[in-house]
Amino acid sequence: MKKTLSTFLGDARTEISSPVCYQVLRRKIVALMAIVSLLPLLSLAGINYYEHQSAMTAEIQAPLRALVGKAKHSFELFLAERTSAVSFIASAYSFDELSDGANLKRIFQVMRREFTGFVDLGLIDSTGRQISYAGPYNELIGRNYSEQEWFHQVQFKGTYVSDVFMGFRKFPHVVIAVRHTSESGKSWVLRATLDTMHFDRIIAAMGLGADGDAFLVSRNGILQTDSRRYGQVLDTLDFPLPPTNFEANVQTIQDSQGDTIFIASALITDTEFALVDVKVKPTVFNTWYTVRADLLFIFVTGVALIFLAVYRVTSLLIVRLQESDAQRLGAIHQMEHSQKLSSIGRLAAGVAHEINNPLAIINEKAGLMRDILNLQPECSFSDKFAKQIEAIQRSVDRCRGITHRMLGFAKRMDVKIEILDLNAILLETLGFLEREAQYRNVTLETELAQDLPRIPTDHGQIQQVFLNILNNALAAVPDGGHIVLRSWSENDQIVGISIADDGCGMSEETCKHMFEPFYTTKKEKGTGLGMSITYGIVKRLGGELQVQSKLNEGTTVTILLPKKLVEG
Amino acid sequence: MEMRDWNILLVDDEVEFISTLAERLELRGIPNRVVYDGESALKAVAENEPQVMVLDVMMPGLKGLDVLQRIKVEHPAVQVILLTGQGKTRDGIDGMRLGAFAYLMKPLDLEELIRTLAEAMQARSGEQS
Repeated sequence: MKKTLSTFLGDARTEISSPVCYQVLRRKIVALMAIVSLLPLLSLAGINYYEHQSAMTAEIQAPLRALVGKAKHSFELFLAERTSAVSFIASAYSFDELSDGANLKRIFQVMRREFTGFVDLGLIDSTGRQISYAGPYNELIGRNYSEQEWFHQVQFKGTYVSDVFMGFRKFPHVVIAVRHTSESGKSWVLRATLDTMHFDRIIAAMGLGADGDAFLVSRNGILQTDSRRYGQVLDTLDFPLPPTNFEANVQTIQDSQGDTIFIASALITDTEFALVDVKVKPTVFNTWYTVRADLLFIFVTGVALIFLAVYRVTSLLIVRLQESDAQRLGAIHQMEHSQKLSSIGRLAAGVAHEINNPLAIINEKAGLMRDILNLQPECSFSDKFAKQIEAIQRSVDRCRGITHRMLGFAKRMDVKIEILDLNAILLETLGFLEREAQYRNVTLETELAQDLPRIPTDHGQIQQVFLNILNNALAAVPDGGHIVLRSWSENDQIVGISIADDGCGMSEETCKHMFEPFYTTKKEKGTGLGMSITYGIVKRLGGELQVQSKLNEGTTVTILLPKKLVEG
Repeated sequence: MEMRDWNILLVDDEVEFISTLAERLELRGIPNRVVYDGESALKAVAENEPQVMVLDVMMPGLKGLDVLQRIKVEHPAVQVILLTGQGKTRDGIDGMRLGAFAYLMKPLDLEELIRTLAEAMQARSGEQS
């Protein structure tokens, strides 16, 4: 995990050098944090969604199954009672008794009193001819049913409950037929007709509600009762009935109207039809859909908030990291710079010491020569010798100046602190360069604060600082250029001096290296020590040196010095 | 005190430098003795105590500051002017703490040395009186 994480985040040390590393790092952290925080949330939401939907489905299916089971039993009881009644009459009375129309009517009236739903009762002989009839359709007497399906079925099965059909009377009805064979071997059929209105009553008693639909349907898809959604009795159901058995069973299918429905069905015993109850899924799931929309809104809002928080926190972290890196790099650069200065300082001190001794000998020898010459002024070459000795001593003085500066660079020159007027030192230093500026037609402007407080500083060193910066400015400006010197009181503790020129300016690369010893853009004309010494002096005096430069536009060097002596 | 009455001891391992300096001082009427290392300097002081000693800091063997330390213990009246090739370094500051009268940087300005010698003589006279 640690390895994966570090691979994912990358090698900070490698990437820190890249300018886009922080953007890459930000993207990676945001992605990682988003994954870590959103993955459990998404999983939880997914599982919750699935479980809730399953629970909802189960909650809807269970009562549906129970309702269909209960109604199925009602139908079975209804049909079983009526079949038993017909069967009882067929057994209790002889063919002759039933052949008597008046007798049959009397029996039929008793049947209707005891059992609702019967429309008529008829006796049919073995040839299929109706011998006697009790009921509203008297024209059916003598009708031959030998070609009717139900007649064949009852001959075969003994007892038969038909599907709903129109028959001769052109009205939907169900036939209950019982075949009876007497001891003498004579066979006949007692047939009763049931009004399907009683089926509708049982369905209505299921309490389906406004959007429910229940109906009876034959195995070959013919509606046995009216359906609210799929048509009238004897219409054909326009989608296949799912596999159905005698146990109530609930399935989810898509009907002919394109709606997803819960369909509960069960076959009615001893019949060829099934009871079906239908509920449209979107209707029953309305509550769930509302809850789901609310949950989705909360989820999306939550995800957005997490992303926002992750992004903000990461951005904050990256900014802090950037600042910290910048400070660290700054400290490293400063340390490197200090080390460079220190090394160069030690080198300079060693060189200065080694040169000073032979220089002292040259100085003394030349001095002695002059002393001797002074003792013998009559010598014919005295003037010529005197000039040579003077040249030697001038060179010695020059070398001494160089070694003193080198030692100064090595911080081995003492700082003599006095309370001084910086404006006066600035003007004095400017005086050294006025002749060159005049010659090159360079304008030297001063905007010095008249009330600038006097501050404790070293005259020689601060003058060297001003001189180094002014020399650089003069070298940078073209003939006819401008150099502006300003001084001001920055605040209660600091005074500021700036030297601005409209010269060639510096590249970013030059700005980066300008305080390094021996870094020069003046080639053989410069030592590369000027700005490095300047930086060292300003730091030693407790001040700050700031440089703003733009290539071909100019440079402004600002020196900030403390108004009070800084300890250390 | 006249310059010819001065008793100066010059100590430096740079023979060419110190002998030339001695000669120039003599030309100006300032008597002096020259030795080239620390041990010889201590011996010379023991034999004939100088009023002022011009002592190089960086010498092989006994270092200038060690010599100064011992001189100040054994001959506290001797005024010591330190010579250094490294400007006003830590050595110079330490030397002043150890009791040196002054320190001068090489190459020397002879007039400055004579002025400092005179001041050291005056200081010695002041201390003795």
